[in-house]
Amino acid sequence: MLALVVNPVAGVGGPAGLAGSDGAAVQVEAAERGARPQAGERARVALEVVAAHLRRSSSADGVDASRDRARVAGRPGTALRAASTGRLPVVLTAAGAMGEDAVRAAGLEPRVVYRPSVADHATSAAATTAADTTAAVRALVDAGATLVLFAGGDGTARDVAAGLSEAGRGTATGSSADGRNGSGGTSVPHADVVVDDSGMSPRSSYRASVPTAWGGRPGAVAVAALGIPAGVKMYSPVFAVSPRAAGALAAAWSAASGSDGALPVQEREVLDIDEAAMRRARVEPRLYGTMPVPYRAGRTQSRKAATPVTEQAAVAGAARGAAMAMRPGIRYLLGPGGTMAELARELGVAKTPLGVDVVLDGRVVRAGASEHELVDEISRGPAKAVVSVIGGQGFLLGRGNQQLSARVLRLLDDDPLMVVAPEQKLIDLGGRPLLVDTGDPLVDARLAGFARVITGPSTTSLYPVHAPDAEPSEP
Amino acid sequence: MTLPIAPKPALRRFHQASWDEPVIFELSTPGERGVLVTPIEPGVRDAVGDVVSDLPAGLRRDVPPALPEMGQQRVLKHYLRLSQENLGADLNVDIGQGTCTMKYSPKINDQLIGVPQLTAMHPLQDPADAQGVLEITWNLERMLAEISGMDEVSLHTQGGSAAIWANVAMIRAYHEANGEGEQRREVITTIFSHPSNAAAAKAAGYDVITIFPDAEGYPDLAALKAALSPRTAAIMVTNPEDTGIYNPAIREWVDAAHRVGALASYDQANANGILGITRARDAGFDVCHFNLHKTFSTPHACGGPGAGANAVSAALAPFLPGPRVVREVDASGEVRFDVREAGPQSIGAVAPFHGVVPNIVRAYSWIMALGAEGLLAAAEIAVLNNNYLLKKVTDIPGASAPYAEGRRRIEQVRYSWQELFEETGISSEEIGVRLSDFGMHYWTSHHPYVVPQPFTLEPTESYSMAEIDEYVAALAEVAREARETPEVVRTAPHNQTVHHTHHDDLDDPERWAITWRAYRRKYFGESPARRAAQRLESTAATASESAA
Repeated sequence: MLALVVNPVAGVGGPAGLAGSDGAAVQVEAAERGARPQAGERARVALEVVAAHLRRSSSADGVDASRDRARVAGRPGTALRAASTGRLPVVLTAAGAMGEDAVRAAGLEPRVVYRPSVADHATSAAATTAADTTAAVRALVDAGATLVLFAGGDGTARDVAAGLSEAGRGTATGSSADGRNGSGGTSVPHADVVVDDSGMSPRSSYRASVPTAWGGRPGAVAVAALGIPAGVKMYSPVFAVSPRAAGALAAAWSAASGSDGALPVQEREVLDIDEAAMRRARVEPRLYGTMPVPYRAGRTQSRKAATPVTEQAAVAGAARGAAMAMRPGIRYLLGPGGTMAELARELGVAKTPLGVDVVLDGRVVRAGASEHELVDEISRGPAKAVVSVIGGQGFLLGRGNQQLSARVLRLLDDDPLMVVAPEQKLIDLGGRPLLVDTGDPLVDARLAGFARVITGPSTTSLYPVHAPDAEPSEP
Repeated sequence: MTLPIAPKPALRRFHQASWDEPVIFELSTPGERGVLVTPIEPGVRDAVGDVVSDLPAGLRRDVPPALPEMGQQRVLKHYLRLSQENLGADLNVDIGQGTCTMKYSPKINDQLIGVPQLTAMHPLQDPADAQGVLEITWNLERMLAEISGMDEVSLHTQGGSAAIWANVAMIRAYHEANGEGEQRREVITTIFSHPSNAAAAKAAGYDVITIFPDAEGYPDLAALKAALSPRTAAIMVTNPEDTGIYNPAIREWVDAAHRVGALASYDQANANGILGITRARDAGFDVCHFNLHKTFSTPHACGGPGAGANAVSAALAPFLPGPRVVREVDASGEVRFDVREAGPQSIGAVAPFHGVVPNIVRAYSWIMALGAEGLLAAAEIAVLNNNYLLKKVTDIPGASAPYAEGRRRIEQVRYSWQELFEETGISSEEIGVRLSDFGMHYWTSHHPYVVPQPFTLEPTESYSMAEIDEYVAALAEVAREARETPEVVRTAPHNQTVHHTHHDDLDDPERWAITWRAYRRKYFGESPARRAAQRLESTAATASESAA
């Protein structure tokens, strides 16, 4: 079942030039600068696409195929006309500005399963908190949601991931829940490791149809999430490119759920940056967890090209290429991320989702290693750090894998990194270079240049690596 | 007197034919025949005996094949109906399949290959009886050597990717002959080169390194230099790339490869924008190939047979695939053409025989009809058409031409609907499906999609301004629909033989049924063994009826 949660204050800091909307003070300042929340409006746009689709499907039910054909025959521009059935499709949501309003405005029927803690929720949007988002998501999942659409930015994505995690459906380091909606994370310790105790192979998630189990909690029903872009910062690859695109994907999800098929989902990273640091001109996205996000493969066949490999197949290919490139007697320091998890599966070893594990000759010799433990491992023999591209920013080091520190890298040889990523991750950078930020300009400078990124068995891409902190700053 | 010309409608009304036509296997009527073979005369049968029993047991069928049994007229109707459900190159404004070079294939060339002197030929015929067609083959090789600047050409391969395979196989053989086969294990290509280069290199056992464009959108020379090493066997690149961008530093690329002892291979499958303007050898390349079915007008023929032509420098000539046609002059000065098996250093046969003769004759005829000046004119018009189209398409709100922005392109452009997609949620693939409602073909891109929401157009020299305008008008109309009536686009096609279908099942091999037998097995639980038994019974029954 489709569900919606809106962070009513998402994005208010953007137009106000505040580089984000996290925290009560910023939200108040934004309001004083005349900013108006747009997340509800964006959610409405997305849901209108869903509504149009649902109405069209229900009107098409029972229509004789030959009549259908006769109706549209004739000339270009002939449209299928949607017919109202009089019965509105139901969307699970939270009260007032947290979703109910947008559902209603899109012409759908809201079923409210969560009410924010403040009494005057319908009018006082800014009074909702990050904890509300997390709690709402948990309530939506408990009420039977299979796809949670959320309107907001990276902070909201963190809170949604936390909600899914609490409901037993994801890995996350926990919501900030430090105050006003939108996270911020300053009061929350940055937990580096969350061990997936389900004992299930996360591989099952990648073809998760609605009734099948997905990792996190054994026997749990699959729940995916998808962001409607409405925030200021959206570094996490969990957002659709536009509200309409989110709506189209949600409509496809609904259609597939109603048939015997299902859209594939992929584990995508949830990143967020420290807004306070960004206001001091430092962009430091941090990996907070992953969530399953649906996607659509190409809808048409290209005559000259084979079916495009699914994203998951591409990740598996990159992981296989890395496994083939590994040599005996070398300690491989496997960083966090979905690609590294796939590499661990390829090697047949367990992986700490957000930690660094040391693999030697096909066995984990140290799981969830700290920087100090990595230094100890390196002292025992030749070693190499294995990293992937974190999110849309293109960071190889310094984001989510701080255990692979400058000190660790200094102890490795001249070719310290094995970089593994599906080609699409490089393409998605849109021409921007890969980045390293270990905190040590000398180490960063050594890593800058070109990286050979393993994209599959016997295939690599040569891609530029920049070290922003190692380069002379602009005069 | 000036005759009035009826104004052409900007958007043509179109609806594809739709026949509710069964699969041919379902049309079978037991006993129905197209040709009734006369019984064997007793004298012949007595003299020859039972020829079937002389065949090795492993080659003999236990039961007859499950072929449909049909009369000629019913077969003809069946395939005519299917042909009406197609959008052929001679039917639509076929500029939407960029990189394929869908130029007009002159019908006179089809007439030439339909003459009995050619249709009655066999590749194993005594060369003494085939001097004409062997001379044409040899002459075409010389023409392509002149067009590429290379020393030797082989017309042996039967398609573009086969020719690329031959390129990499020659590179491998060259390094092995020089004792560097073990050392040189890497091939470098670019992300916008035709993916068959990477695929062929990988199939040949090489590690493949892909270079991304630089900040300007050109192939990144600094990245190439970082990738080159004594391990490099070759660079294998397309130029202009699939974006239509010509690499201005191509000579530096080749020189850099040569400095580390690597070879340089040029994918000139589509040389349509550079005929008579640049030559592979002049840029220093060691190997290149053409597709006769792109640049030289021969039909693509529904994916085959195409025809490749491999051209090489003298150093690589011993490695060319074969058999090949040779020209010999005897002591009396008489010229004779022969077919020679591949030499000891050759990579050998990539396909049977010495070339796709019908396409060799078509390409020869096309070049002879145009002459050197005509080839240059074809290239110039193709580039002019393409840049006219570039201007018209990028004037459509929501469309753009990423990389090397503001620069002109050669023979094609990889465009992007990203802006329109972000605004409307309508993807390039959905636009392509809708465009078929206007009777036009449309293609996105090779995978992966480096250009977001891509589409690739290539007008060649064959299309008029009016036809290009018509295509652009249809594109603009679909872009308008994406904004104003997106459901029309999302649910397309409406005017096609087949209406909107969901393709997600294509990700699931369990649901594929790409043969009739697989379809019967997967969807009706029919076992091949049971069908064979049924056919055996049916054959036995027919035989006993005949005997009775």
